[in-house]
Amino acid sequence: MEPTPEDYSGKYHIDETGKKIGMWFFLFTELLFFGGMFLLYSVYRYRYPADFHAAAKGENLVIGSINTAILLTSSLSIALSISAVRKGNRKLSALLQLITIISGLVFLVNKYFEWTEKIFRGFYPNSPVMMEQNKGVILFYSLYYVMTGIHGLHVLIGIAVISFMVAFTLRGAIVPENFAKLENTGLYWHFVDIVWIYLFPLFYLIT
Amino acid sequence: MKTTSIIKREQPHLVGYGTYVLVWGALLILLGITIAVAKMDFSNFSVLINLLIASVKAGLVLMFFMHLKYEGKFLKGLVLLTISALALIIALTFSDVWYR
Repeated sequence: MEPTPEDYSGKYHIDETGKKIGMWFFLFTELLFFGGMFLLYSVYRYRYPADFHAAAKGENLVIGSINTAILLTSSLSIALSISAVRKGNRKLSALLQLITIISGLVFLVNKYFEWTEKIFRGFYPNSPVMMEQNKGVILFYSLYYVMTGIHGLHVLIGIAVISFMVAFTLRGAIVPENFAKLENTGLYWHFVDIVWIYLFPLFYLIT
Repeated sequence: MKTTSIIKREQPHLVGYGTYVLVWGALLILLGITIAVAKMDFSNFSVLINLLIASVKAGLVLMFFMHLKYEGKFLKGLVLLTISALALIIALTFSDVWYR
């Protein structure tokens, strides 16, 4: 059962630090998980600089830049939603969370267009077109699909979690006295944003 | 909610809307700069410059959006430790890759 505001008046011990540190520990494992892929990227890019250079020309800089701006804006809206709920403005908070969800969905739709465009050109793992490319180009596209794919999966999970937060907020289960759920959701969303901040220059800007 | 007055619990720092909007503006400006740098083509340096800009952006998100600026030394230390671990893994790998 959700605690009532009276429960926060000193009846129970509430561990603000503990609630947050659990989430941070999870994010540390996520950082090392993505870090492994960034390490692979840097080693192969070092080995095949010309191929990576040429392959990155196939990326759509416009969609990539728009998606970066969308994700940065969605980080703003989720951050604002936490301040809103703490100031007691529940409806504004829910609206800001909804904006974050919509931004995430637009990001994924753009990603869908990017991927299908590449697949129609024949650039997908193990495709006949791909097998004729240089080794470095194959590696670039493999890393592209894995890294943006797993990042996209994180965006999808984030959207699902924020959807629950909207319901919690409207139902009054996220209150100024206890907003750890929303706070930790925000931390997750910002982390996913940071991963994209690095993916963007590495895949779109190295031409 | 009348109960708020009796709550004396330590609450995390409340960041105002204005600060967040300013950080967001800075992030968008940095995005513009990073695209401009890539277009101008400083050859090998543009990768380095773009990664530096990405790190400034990540730092802004970490410090303000993720409130790390307002956290205690313990959590700040943990974050530093994790980033250092990743940096060490990358450095050790490249100490091998570079001299092959």
